[in-house]
Amino acid sequence: MTGYLTRQMSGFSATYRRELGAYFATPMAYVFLAVFLLALGLFTWEAGRFFDTGVADLQPFFVWHPWLYMIFLPALAMRLWADEKASGTDELLLSLPLGIPGLVLGKLMAAWTVAAAGLLLTLPMWASVNFLGSPDNTAIALAYFVSLLMAGAYLSIGAAVSALTGSQVTSFVISVVIAFVFTAAGWPLVLSTVQSLFGTGFADIVARFSFITQFEGAQRGVLELRAVAYFLGFTATFVFLNCLWASRQRLG
Amino acid sequence: MLEVKALEKSYGAKHAVRGVSFTVEKGTVLGFLGPNGAGKSTTMRMIAGVLEPDSGDALIDGQSIISDRRAAQASLGYLPEGAPLYEDMTPPEFLRFLAEARALPRKSRRDAVDRAIADARILSVSHQRIGDLSKGYRRRVGLAGAILHDPPVLVLDEPTDGLDPNQKRAVRALIARMAPSKAIIISTHTLTEVPAMCHRAVLIDRGRVIADDTPAGLARRSEDGSLESAFSRLTDQVEDETL
Repeated sequence: MTGYLTRQMSGFSATYRRELGAYFATPMAYVFLAVFLLALGLFTWEAGRFFDTGVADLQPFFVWHPWLYMIFLPALAMRLWADEKASGTDELLLSLPLGIPGLVLGKLMAAWTVAAAGLLLTLPMWASVNFLGSPDNTAIALAYFVSLLMAGAYLSIGAAVSALTGSQVTSFVISVVIAFVFTAAGWPLVLSTVQSLFGTGFADIVARFSFITQFEGAQRGVLELRAVAYFLGFTATFVFLNCLWASRQRLG
Repeated sequence: MLEVKALEKSYGAKHAVRGVSFTVEKGTVLGFLGPNGAGKSTTMRMIAGVLEPDSGDALIDGQSIISDRRAAQASLGYLPEGAPLYEDMTPPEFLRFLAEARALPRKSRRDAVDRAIADARILSVSHQRIGDLSKGYRRRVGLAGAILHDPPVLVLDEPTDGLDPNQKRAVRALIARMAPSKAIIISTHTLTEVPAMCHRAVLIDRGRVIADDTPAGLARRSEDGSLESAFSRLTDQVEDETL
């Protein structure tokens, strides 16, 4: 069993390091981080009215995470497999004695690390609410943790679709659409429409599959195991699809 | 060393490879010839484990590419058509990635990378990104990647395609140096380099092997004794038969 797992995961660390290097060898990661932080700051201060709430917490900051992830993380993930296909290096990769799951997870973890770096760079915001008042730091740490899990779920969509389409632009567009469906499903505007069309029961099910609904608890500082399980399960599902779509290439 | 057994592959309605078989012994350089679209690259991709055959098998150093893919791939060095490479890396970074991906013992990785760089004569471009290198150097970086783990079997898809005469000579010299200890297949459509580089030639057309001979033996099958007219005679002949 362990032998089987080791074989499937062979290539994980080589792939992880290569992909992480590729993000920082080009302006890609820096541009992503700069624009992501700028957008997050803008939404938090301008749209979220960070200073006007009169409360020292990060609620107006976390509320934007799903929406920004929906746009930014597919952009981060779109190159993972499509780039290999465009440059023909997928052929090189498939000729190596590696397991597809190792490649898939190595690539996903590299993108996830860049996303984590983005979150890490927002820590000054956490420091400043502590300077302004006395927020519930456990709650904030929890929200960060669940936000990181949610980022993994968004990235897993982008990575899997990148393997499916083999084109960066197509992959970005399709990933954003899928991410939008899973994000907006918890949006009151969408939910009220669903409710009037299909009834309350169905609307509840739709809401349960929404990233926004699952992230709500964490924003209030409540650790919901259901939400943790949801994001991990969601990521695992798309990792599985990613493996399937990446190995399809061997069939020609 | 390398045993190719009745490989078959179809893409939809197109029957690209129809039962290709041959063997290559250690010390032999086999020229894999045929018109464009004859199934050369498809066959090589199946031997490399990149593409799954519909039926048939390839044994690399005794290991099946079907039932024991990773063991077979560990004994194989493969240069894909066009020598695709990670352009954002320098040659040593690229080779270190391959060494780690191939799980070479940690201690011998540095030696393997240094030896491949020396053998492929790419030391002078070590500090440049692969994307900035000339075609000749890129091809040599690809070759360095294929020989990094000193595999007993090499599959090289058009290693000299698009190179200038000097670069071609350098690649041919590298292959000649490695030949005694390995089984090597090289696909090419530059027929003039076949007698100089290959001990044997397999000619395929429309997915079938139509000749398996020494380059000289192959050339004797034409009126004027040149490989080129033998090539066109044999491939034309097949065309007539199927019409």
